Amino acid sequence: MADAAKPRALIHLPASVRRGEAFEVRALLGHAMENGLRPDGFGNVVPRDLVTRFECKLDGVLVCAVDLYPAIAANPYLAFWARLDGPGLLRLEWLGDNGFAHVETRALVVAT
Amino acid sequence: MRRLVLPGRRPASERAGHRSWLTLALLPLALAAQPVVPTSITPDPRHSGLDDMSPALQALQRDDSLNPALLWVQDGAVLWRSATGGAGKSCADCHGDPAKTLPGVAARYPAWSTPVNAGAGANADATADPTAGQPLNLAGRINTCRQRHQQAAPLATEHADLLALTAYLGLQSRGLPVAPPTDARLTPLRAQGQALWGQRLGQLNLACSHCHDQRAGARLGGAAIPQGHATGYPSYRLEWQGLGSLQRRLRGCVVGVRAEPFAPDAPEWLALEAWLAQRAAGLLVETPAVRP
Repeated sequence: MADAAKPRALIHLPASVRRGEAFEVRALLGHAMENGLRPDGFGNVVPRDLVTRFECKLDGVLVCAVDLYPAIAANPYLAFWARLDGPGLLRLEWLGDNGFAHVETRALVVAT
Repeated sequence: MRRLVLPGRRPASERAGHRSWLTLALLPLALAAQPVVPTSITPDPRHSGLDDMSPALQALQRDDSLNPALLWVQDGAVLWRSATGGAGKSCADCHGDPAKTLPGVAARYPAWSTPVNAGAGANADATADPTAGQPLNLAGRINTCRQRHQQAAPLATEHADLLALTAYLGLQSRGLPVAPPTDARLTPLRAQGQALWGQRLGQLNLACSHCHDQRAGARLGGAAIPQGHATGYPSYRLEWQGLGSLQRRLRGCVVGVRAEPFAPDAPEWLALEAWLAQRAAGLLVETPAVRP
């Protein structure tokens, strides 16, 4: 399946962030989130393939962690707020079944 | 200006007083101006399926940071710039940035495919086009380009790459009115599509028009019945949890009335698509839309 072959994500951040202020991170991951219960067109159960963990680190500090479960639909979307104190290097990581791992890094534009 | 007095109406006009006198005085003017009264004062009874959705779902479509279809658009932008096929050319090598070169193009499909350089003496090119002189939808147009200019194999109807490219091009027309071409060669196709729209199908013996013309706005089970304007394809459907073409959506309805769907490459799909474009003419393109 093409979707599983090339993980892709859409990440939306503010154009610029001020130090000491909160900002919103919006992250959408392209993933099938197969719950392992669904039959395919031939009646065979589709094997489970889930993203189970999301972690976001800002300058090496964990600012958001999420456990994901089978009831979450495909292409999970997560939005959260964080406060910028350091230089502003954002690292988003998704982990899942069958060794799934996808990392995106973004450098925040710090307003002077 | 001469005051008009209609004999039977006199008591009423006296009650209404000065304002009625003005209205009557302007009556000959209004009658004379009738042929040029703009039609826009009549509200369009058509509306997009977007208006039938919940506010949360509408937000999902309208906000590009929420709309999951943008994942495919992102893929389409990458594919647009990647060289493929025997010719080693990318879409961008000929067309450049579609935001500048191809806005409004998706709003005009299905269209008649005319050979490139037709009339410029390039007959060799015309014969090389396997689908010259045929109606095509946007996905068909992309596949024709792939075969002719990139020397690549055509992609299957629901192939993720074809959906991605179609969505990427569709996005360049978002917010523009659907503008089916005034090409007489498309008329028989539209007529066929219109006939199919009104034709009873399947064990339930229902035509498209029974739900989407006669019962639009009512409910089928828990779901609102939309008017069925195909303005946002390829669309992200929550039911599919993915992006799908208009043909896939139509197939869902055909199976829903318990009819056997047409073959994937059957001309009936294109005929319906051509009729739907005519039916939605003037409504705004929403590609990539989100639907329940």
